[in-house]
Amino acid sequence: MKREYLILATVFLLLALVPFLAAATGQTSWTRLVGQALIYGMAAASLNFILGYGGMISFGHAAFFGIGGYVVGILYHHFDAGTSFLGLIPGTDQMLLTLPAAVLVAGLAAALVGAMSLRTGGVQFIMITLAFAQMFFFLFISLKTYGGEDGIMVRRTNALPGLDMRNRDTLYWVVLCFAAAYYLFLRRLVQSSFGQIIAGIRQNERRMAAMGISTFRYKLYAFILSGMGAGLAGALMVNFLRFASPDMMHWTRSGEFMIMVILGGVGTLAGPFIGAGVLFTVETTLARYTEHWMLPVGILLLVVVLTSKGGLMALIRKLSGGQK
Amino acid sequence: MRKLLTSTGILLALMSPAHAEATKIGVITTLSGPAGYLGEQIRDGLTLGLQATGAEFELVVEDDARDPNTGVQVADRMLNEEGIKLLTGIVFSNVSGAVVPEALDAGAIYVSPNAAPSGLAGAKCHPNYFVVSWQNDSLHEASGAAAKKLGYTTAVALAPNYQAGKDAIAGFSREFGGTVTEIYTGVEQSDFAGEMAQIRSVAPQVVFQFHPGGQGIAFLKQYQQAGLLGSVPMVLSEPSYDSVILKAVGPAAVGLTGTTHWNDDFDNEASKALVAEWAAAFPDAPLTTYGQQGYDTGLLIGGALNKVGGEDIAALQAAIKAADFASTRGNFAFGANQHPVQDWYLTSIEADEAGNPKIVTKEKILEAVGDVYAADCKM
Amino acid sequence: MILLIEQLLNGLQYGVTLFLLAAGLTLIFGIMGVINLAHGALYMVGAFAGAWVSIQTGSFWAGLLAGLVASAIAGIVVELGVMRRLYARDHLDQVLATFALILIFNQSTVLIFGRQPLFTSLPEMFSGSVEIVPGLPYPTYRLFVITVGLAVAVGLYLLINKTRIGMLVRAGASNRQMVRALGVNIRGLYTAVFGLGALLAGLAGVMASPILSVQVGMGDEIILATFVVVVIGGVGSVKGAFVAGIVLGMCDTMLRAFLPGLLQQVMPGSEAQALGVGISSMGIYLMMAIILLVRPRGLFAAQG
Repeated sequence: MKREYLILATVFLLLALVPFLAAATGQTSWTRLVGQALIYGMAAASLNFILGYGGMISFGHAAFFGIGGYVVGILYHHFDAGTSFLGLIPGTDQMLLTLPAAVLVAGLAAALVGAMSLRTGGVQFIMITLAFAQMFFFLFISLKTYGGEDGIMVRRTNALPGLDMRNRDTLYWVVLCFAAAYYLFLRRLVQSSFGQIIAGIRQNERRMAAMGISTFRYKLYAFILSGMGAGLAGALMVNFLRFASPDMMHWTRSGEFMIMVILGGVGTLAGPFIGAGVLFTVETTLARYTEHWMLPVGILLLVVVLTSKGGLMALIRKLSGGQK
Repeated sequence: MRKLLTSTGILLALMSPAHAEATKIGVITTLSGPAGYLGEQIRDGLTLGLQATGAEFELVVEDDARDPNTGVQVADRMLNEEGIKLLTGIVFSNVSGAVVPEALDAGAIYVSPNAAPSGLAGAKCHPNYFVVSWQNDSLHEASGAAAKKLGYTTAVALAPNYQAGKDAIAGFSREFGGTVTEIYTGVEQSDFAGEMAQIRSVAPQVVFQFHPGGQGIAFLKQYQQAGLLGSVPMVLSEPSYDSVILKAVGPAAVGLTGTTHWNDDFDNEASKALVAEWAAAFPDAPLTTYGQQGYDTGLLIGGALNKVGGEDIAALQAAIKAADFASTRGNFAFGANQHPVQDWYLTSIEADEAGNPKIVTKEKILEAVGDVYAADCKM
Repeated sequence: MILLIEQLLNGLQYGVTLFLLAAGLTLIFGIMGVINLAHGALYMVGAFAGAWVSIQTGSFWAGLLAGLVASAIAGIVVELGVMRRLYARDHLDQVLATFALILIFNQSTVLIFGRQPLFTSLPEMFSGSVEIVPGLPYPTYRLFVITVGLAVAVGLYLLINKTRIGMLVRAGASNRQMVRALGVNIRGLYTAVFGLGALLAGLAGVMASPILSVQVGMGDEIILATFVVVVIGGVGSVKGAFVAGIVLGMCDTMLRAFLPGLLQQVMPGSEAQALGVGISSMGIYLMMAIILLVRPRGLFAAQG
C-alpha cells in the first residue's frame, strides 16, 4: 500500500514537471502531447470501469466523449454570439459551469443508452451500444447551427477564476489535476462496496441476483458513472483543442478507446492511462517519420496482443517481479 | 514506380535548397486513408511551384490523417518547437477549423491550398489567413450559373447530408434560379441506385451532384449504368470530377459538363509550365486541380519569399497579400477577406483518341467573382 | 408503382451483397467465437485483386477468379497466422488483433496499389439494361448480382444442410465444445470455414467493384452494416444472415427513397429532405436496437 502511494506521488510529480522538462529541452510540444494522452487516458479509464471491472463491452463510448465536448462547444458558441440554447439556456465560457454541465448531459445520455442496451448482453450489447453511438454521430453531423461535420470552434479556452487559462502550461496543469483526481476517484470506486458488487456481477451475475441484488440497476449506475467520466474527458479535450467536431464520436474513436484499454491492461487502474500514453506517443512519433505509420502501428498492436496476455500492465508486473 | 518517382521528387526538393537561410514551410496535409491522394497532389504541386520560383525553402511535411486532433498536435510541434512561421497544406475543412486558429494565435501565417470553410471567411477573417483555392460556396455557384446559361430551368440537385453538401445545393440553387428538387444522400453511402430511380421519376432537364472522392466515382458509374447518362445531362462542380475520379470512372464520364477555376488546357505560361513540370516529375499520376492549387500556393509563397525572405512575418504577410504572381488560372486577386477573386469556366468532358475522358475548356461563365462572406470581413 | 418495383430491386441487390459478407462473418463468429473486424479488409482484398487483374487482362471473369483466389488465400493466411492463436482468448483481444489487421491490410494496399481508386468496367455481356416491366429499364449487372447472391444462398443451404462438413458446421455453431470433444479435426474445419468466409467476402468485393469505387478503406464502411446484419439475424445462423440481410437492404433503400417524400407532406421541402436522410442513415441502427430489445439474441439465434 505504501509503495503504491509512493509510485503515484512520483508519477504525479514527474508529470507535473513535464512543461519544465519540455521547455528545457526545446521540445515544447511534449506538453500538449502528454496533456492529450492524459485526457484520452481518462476517457479510456472511464470505459475500463464498465469494461474491465463490470464486464460490459461498450463499443459506443466515444458518444459520451463527444457529447461532453459538444456541451462546452455549444455553450461557448452561444456565449460568443450572445444568444441562448433553445432560447432558454444562456451560453458561458466559465469552466466551473461548463464542466459540470458536460458531465451532467453525458450522464443523462448514458442513462438513456444504458437503460435500453443493458437489457441485452454479450455481442448484442457491443453492437447496440455501437448503434446508439452511430445515431448520436449522425445527429451531430446534421446540426447546421453547430457547424455540422466541420465542427465548432471554441476561440478561447474556458476561464477558471484566478488562473490564466490562455497559458498552455497552466491549462496542462489543470488537466493533470483533473486526471489525478479522476484516477483517485476510480480507485476509491472500485474498492467501494459498489465497485465490489459491479465486479461480482461480472464474475457471476446470477449469483448476485440470487443474493437479492438488482443487478440491472447496479449495472446501469455503473454505465452512467462511466459515461459521465467520458463526458468530462471530452469537455477537457475541447478546452485543450479549442475545437469540437463529430470526429470525436466516430465509431473508430470508440475503437481507439477500447484499444487503449486492452493495450494497457483490462481491469487495471493505471492500464488505460499507460495504454493511451503509449498508443498516442507511438502514433505521433511514427507519423513524423513515415506517412505509412499505420503499418508499423498495426504490426506492433498485433505483436502485443499475440505475445502478451493482459496488456502492458501484465508486462510491467512481470518485469517488476510479480508485484503490483 | 510512381511511388519511387514521387519520393525522389520530394527528396530532391528537400535537398537542393539546403542552405542555412532556407525558410521552413510546414505542410500539414492528409496522406493516409482513402483521401490520401488529395494530400499527395497538394504536396507535390506545392513542391513544384516553389521550385519554379527558385526560392530558398525547406518543406516539413506531415500527415494529419484527416483528424483535427492529429492536425493540431502536428501544428503545435511545427509552430512551437521547430519555429515554423508559415503553414499550408490542409485538405479538409474540419482539420483547418482546428489548426488555423492555432497557427494564427502563434503569430504564424496560414495559406490554404484547398479547404476554405465559411466559418473563417466572414466575420472571423484574419490578416494572416489566406486562401489560394476558392471559397467552398463559389464552386457550386459556378455550376448553378453554368446550368442557367445552358438554358435549363428544372434541376435535381444531390449532395451528402452534411454541411458542405447543404452549402453545395444552396450555392447551386442561388445562381441557377430555376426549380430545384433537392435530394440528400447518406454521409457514407456508396450505392445510389435509389437516387437514380428518383431522378428518373422526376425527369429534370439537368442533374447537379456534389460527391467528392470515392462517392463521386460510384455515383458517376451508377449514373451511366442506370442509363441516365444519355438522357439527362449533368453539371458538376470541380471536386466531383477531378482527373483521378475521371480515370477511375472511365468512359462513363464522357458527355458531362463541369465548372472549374482551372484546367490543364489553359493558355497561359504558368499553366503550361505546370503541365510540363508535372508530366516530367509524375508521369503516372494525373494532374488534378488539387495539384494545381498546390502549385499556385507554391508560386505565391515562393514569390513572396524571394521578395522579403522568411524572417520578417509582417513583411511576408504584406508580400503574400499583394498576390504579385502569375497564377496558372490567369486572373487572380485577393478579396477583402483574402480569399480569391477569380474567373470560372465551363468545361465539357470529351473522349480522347483512346476513348478515355478528358476535360476540355469551353468558355468563361463568371468573371472576377469573390464570395458572399467577404462583406462580413472587417480587417 | 414502377418506382416502387425499382426500389425493391435495389433493396434486394443491396441485401444480397450484405448477405454475402454476413454469411462468412456469422459462421466465423458462431463457430470459432471470433469477432473478426478485419472481414471488411478481405472484401477490399477481393475488390482490389479483381479490379487489378481485370485491368491487366481486360476480362471481368479473370478478375472475378483472381479476386476469389486472393481473398481466400488472404483469409487462410490470416487464420493460420493470427486467428488460430485467438480462439481461446476473450473478445477484447480479438477486437484488438483484428483491428491491427485492418491497419496492416489498408496500409499494405496503399503501398502496393497507391492511393488512387482503381477503375473497372462492367463485363461486356451485362453492360446494358433490361426492361423488366414497360417503362422500367434495369441494369443487367445488378440483376446478375442479385442472381449470384441468391445462388450462393441456395448453395450454402445445400452445403450446410446436406453435407458432412455442413453437419459439423451446424454442430460447431450450436455447441463448439462438444464438436471439439468428439475428436473432429477441428483445426481443419476452422481453416476451411474461415477460408470460405473470406471467399464469400471476396466475391462480394469483386461484384461491387464495377458499381462502387475500388479504394482503400472501402471495407471499413460496409463492415458495420455487416455486423448489424449478423447480430439481427442471430450469431451463427446463415439463415438469419440471409433474412436479416434482405430485410435490412430493403428497409435501408426504402427509407432513403420514400421517407423524405413522406415527411414533405408535413413540413417544408429541404428540412424534410435533411431530416429524412438523417433518420434513414440511422435506420439500420434503430432497427437493430428495436429488434434486440424484443429478441435479445437476434431473429434466428443458433446458440441456445
